[in-house]
Amino acid sequence: MNEHVKNLTPETTDLSRRSFLVGTAATGLVLGYAAVPGIDKALAAPSNFEPSVWYSIAPDGLVTVTCGKADMGQHVASTMAQIVAEELGANWKDMRVQLASNDPKFNDPVLGAQITGGSWSTMMNFDAMSRAGAAGRMALTEAAAAAMGVPAGELVVRSSTISHPKSKKSMSFADVVKSGKATKTFTADELKAIKLKSPDQYTMIGVSVPQLDIPSKTNGTAKYGIDVMLPGMVHGAIVTPPVRYGATVKSVDDSAAKKVPGFIKAVTLDDKTGTTTGWVVAVANTYANAKKAAAALKIAYDGGPNAKLSSESLFTEAKRLQGLSDSGEFFVKDGDPSAAFGTAAKVMEAEYTTNINIHAPMEPMNATAEFKGDILHIHSGNQFATRSGAIAAGAAGIDPKYVVMHQMWLGGGFGRRLDADMMVPAVQAAKAVGKPVKVIYTRENDMTMDFSRPLTYQKVKAGMDADGKVVALSHDVVSAWPTARWGIPDFLTPSVDKKGPLDSFTVNGSDFFYTVPNHYVRAIKNEMAHNATPSGQLRSVAPGWTFWAVESMIDEIAHATGKDPAQLRISLLDGKGKNDGGAQRLRNTLLAAMGLAGYGTKQLPKGEGMGVACVSSQERATASWTACVAHVAVAPSGEVTVKKLTVATDVGTQVNPDGIRAQVEGAALWGMSLAMFEKATLKDGGIEQTNFDSYTPLRMSQMPEVAVNVIANGEKATGVGEPAVTVVAPAIGNAIFNAVGARVRALPITAEAVKAAMKA
Amino acid sequence: MPNLNINGRNMSVEAAGDTPLLWVIREQLQMTGTKFGCGAGLCGACTVHLNGEAVRSCQTSVSDAAGKKITTIEGLSAKGEHPLQKAWVAEQVPQCGYCQSGQIMQAAALLSKNSNPTKEEVVAHMDGNLCRCMTYSRIQKAIMRAASEMRTASATSTERRPT
Repeated sequence: MNEHVKNLTPETTDLSRRSFLVGTAATGLVLGYAAVPGIDKALAAPSNFEPSVWYSIAPDGLVTVTCGKADMGQHVASTMAQIVAEELGANWKDMRVQLASNDPKFNDPVLGAQITGGSWSTMMNFDAMSRAGAAGRMALTEAAAAAMGVPAGELVVRSSTISHPKSKKSMSFADVVKSGKATKTFTADELKAIKLKSPDQYTMIGVSVPQLDIPSKTNGTAKYGIDVMLPGMVHGAIVTPPVRYGATVKSVDDSAAKKVPGFIKAVTLDDKTGTTTGWVVAVANTYANAKKAAAALKIAYDGGPNAKLSSESLFTEAKRLQGLSDSGEFFVKDGDPSAAFGTAAKVMEAEYTTNINIHAPMEPMNATAEFKGDILHIHSGNQFATRSGAIAAGAAGIDPKYVVMHQMWLGGGFGRRLDADMMVPAVQAAKAVGKPVKVIYTRENDMTMDFSRPLTYQKVKAGMDADGKVVALSHDVVSAWPTARWGIPDFLTPSVDKKGPLDSFTVNGSDFFYTVPNHYVRAIKNEMAHNATPSGQLRSVAPGWTFWAVESMIDEIAHATGKDPAQLRISLLDGKGKNDGGAQRLRNTLLAAMGLAGYGTKQLPKGEGMGVACVSSQERATASWTACVAHVAVAPSGEVTVKKLTVATDVGTQVNPDGIRAQVEGAALWGMSLAMFEKATLKDGGIEQTNFDSYTPLRMSQMPEVAVNVIANGEKATGVGEPAVTVVAPAIGNAIFNAVGARVRALPITAEAVKAAMKA
Repeated sequence: MPNLNINGRNMSVEAAGDTPLLWVIREQLQMTGTKFGCGAGLCGACTVHLNGEAVRSCQTSVSDAAGKKITTIEGLSAKGEHPLQKAWVAEQVPQCGYCQSGQIMQAAALLSKNSNPTKEEVVAHMDGNLCRCMTYSRIQKAIMRAASEMRTASATSTERRPT
C-alpha cells in the first residue's frame, strides 16, 4: 500500500505532543515535522483541501513550503512560498521549498487534482496559500502572547519575529516552535473567515525577492528526473517505431544486442493504457550500453493504420471536415451570422493554418520506476501526477492507489510533462528485470514521440455593414483534440448546441472580448490527426492558434475597410454586454503596448512596419490581458527580421515582478520561435524532425529586442506563463503586412511565403 | 580502464574507450550537474572544459578525455562562487535551469580568455547553447556583469600589488 492508503487512521499517532497543528486535527501545519520520523506519513490522509498541509516550520525557524505544482522554470514553488510568507510574516531568508508527492492532500484547492498548466497556479492558489500563512501567524502569535503574558492584539509580526512594542519583548518563530506552545487549530470555516491583508498592507507580494530554486540551478545541484540514482538501478533505452502512433512489433531479434556488454534484456511493451504503440526497451547496466543494445536490436514492425499519413493528408482531411455543414460542435453561438452575411455590405473569408510543433524541453523525457513491496515508486518530473500515476499503474497492472510519485524539478515542461508515456517503459522494464530501471529518451525518441501541438486548420468569415462595422464572424477550428485524449470528462466543455462535449482547449481564445453581434465558433475534431499524431498541450495551447486566426483577420478587416488596425480593435473593445470589464482592460493594455512601442508616432524606413495584436489568453475566465506591437524589417527576398517585440500584460496583482518579467520575456520569444522557426512535419506516419538540426527553436543570435510592460492594477492575480506566447505570431504577421503589404496566413512564416504574398 | 583528471582529482573509471564522457561523468562519477540534451552536439547542455576549452561531453569519448584536465560545473569553483555563478543569481537567469550548467561552462571558457567581450562576441560564443525557456537576454546580461566584476577584481588586485 502506498502512503496515502496506509494512513487512513492518523489518530493512531499522537501529534499534539510532538507537533504544532494549524488546521483540522488530522492534517496540520506541522512544526518539528522534519524531526519526527514518519510523521509525514502519519499525516497523509486523503482529505478535502486543508490549507495547513502546505508548510511546516521547524524548531530552527525554517519554513518549508510544500509545492503541489510542478516547477518547470516558472518558479511556482517560490511563488507559493512568497504568498505564504506575506501572511505568515516570515523573513524571506527563512523560506524553503520542497516538491509534493502525489498524495491527494496536495491537490490543487480549486482544481481538485494535481495538474500544472493553463497559467492557473498563482490565480487558483493565491487564496489558499494566503489563508494558510495567516493561520500560522495567528497561531504563533497566540502562543507568543501567552508566553510573554501580553495581549495577542498588541503583538507585531515581522521578519519571523513576534514583538511586543510596549514591553520591548520579542520571540522568534523558532522560539515559539521550540516552546511547543503553539497549538491553535482552525476549522475550514475559521480559515475561510480569516481577514486577509489588503494590498496596501503587503510587504512581500509585489517584491522581486530572489527565486528560491535559482542558486541550485547555477551549481549543478538541482535534481531533475534524469538525475535520479537508486541503489541497484539499471538503465533503459527505448526503440520507437517509424510511425508516431499505431504500429505494432512483429518480432524482436536480440542476437546482436546480446553481444553488448552489460545487456540485460529487451522488453517489448504491452501498453494497455494505449499511451504508446510498438515500443521496445533495451535494458543494460549503463545507459551507454543500453543505447548500444537498443541500436543492435532488429525489430520488425507492422506500421498500422496511420503508416501512410502525412501533414498533407491531415490538412486535406481538415478542409473536408470544415466543408461539411454538420461537422463539429458549437463553442460560441451568438446571433445568426448566416443571416447577417446575407445582408452584409462586405464579406471576407480566409484560411489560417499552423503546423505540428514539438515541445522539446531541454531535459529529454525520462522516468525511474522501482517496485518496493506492493508499492510502485515513480521518480519523474511531471505536470499531472493525478493522471500520470494512473497511467503508471495501468502499465504495471495495479491499482493507482499503490503508486507513489516522487516529483522532481522539471527541465522544462511547456505542457509536455502532462503526459506519462515515459513511465510506461520504465515500469514495464522494472517489472521484467526485477530491478529499478531509469529510462531516458534520446532526443530522437523525444522529438518523434512528442505529444505535439496539433496541426490546425481554421476558416474565418467576416461580414461588415456599409459603415465597415463588423456585424458577423464565423470561425471554424479543425484540429486533433488534445484534452479529449485524456479521457477525463471534467476537462471537456458542453457544446452550446448540446451535441455533446467539446475540447475547449482547441478553441479557447476564439470567444474573444470584441463586440460582434453575430458570432459562431465551431470546434471540429480532426479524427485522422487525432489518431495519427496524438496531440498534447503545448505552452499556450488553443490561444496559440485561435488568436493567430482572429487577430490576423481583424487586421485584414481593418485594411479592407480603411481603418487603423489598432483603432479598429479599440472600437470593437467597447465593453458592451458580456464583454464588460475584460474588454476595457484589454483596450487599456493595447494602448499601453502602443505607447511603449511608439506605435504610429514615427515614419519607419521602407520595408519596415509595426503590427499589433491583443489577446485574452488563456481563457475568458482566467485571462491575462496581453497586447503586442511587433516591429519587423522585410527584405525583398521575403526574409523577415523581427527587430523588436513590445509586450504589455495586465496581470492584476504581481507576486514577483521580476519573475513575471522573466516569464513574459520567455513566452514572447516562444511565440516568436513558433511563428518563425519551428515546424514539424508528418511523413509516412512519422515525425520527420529528429533533433535540433531539423527542429530549430530560436537561438540567442535570433533574439530581437524585447520590451515588457507589466500592468498591476490591483485586480486579482492572473497567470503569465503562457499568454504572451499567443500574441506574438499575429503581431508579426500584421507587421509584415504593414511593412510590405504581404499577408501571411500559415505558421511558421517563411521567406518564400512572404515573397509570394508580396508579388500577389 | 581510462584514468580521468576531473575537477582536480584523479579517478579511474570502468568504461569502454568509446563511451561518451557525458555518461561516465553522470553515471559512474555521479556528478549530475552536466546534462544530456541532444546527444549530437547541437544544444550545449553537456558542456564541460577540457584543458580549459569548452567541449560537448556527449561528443567526447572517455579515451579522448583521458590525460586532460576535465572541469565540470561542480568544479568550476569551490563554493559555487565563480563570478558567472554569482552573476547568474544576481540577474535571476535560470528558469527551468536544465541548460544553465552548460551555459555557464560555455561562458566561463569565453571569459577566461576575454574578460571584456563585446555583445557580438558573446552571441557568437554562446549561439550553440540552446535555452528552451529562452533566457538569452539574461544570460547576456549575466555574462557582461561577470566580465565587469572580473575586470574590477583584477584591477583591484593589480592596484594592491605591493611595489
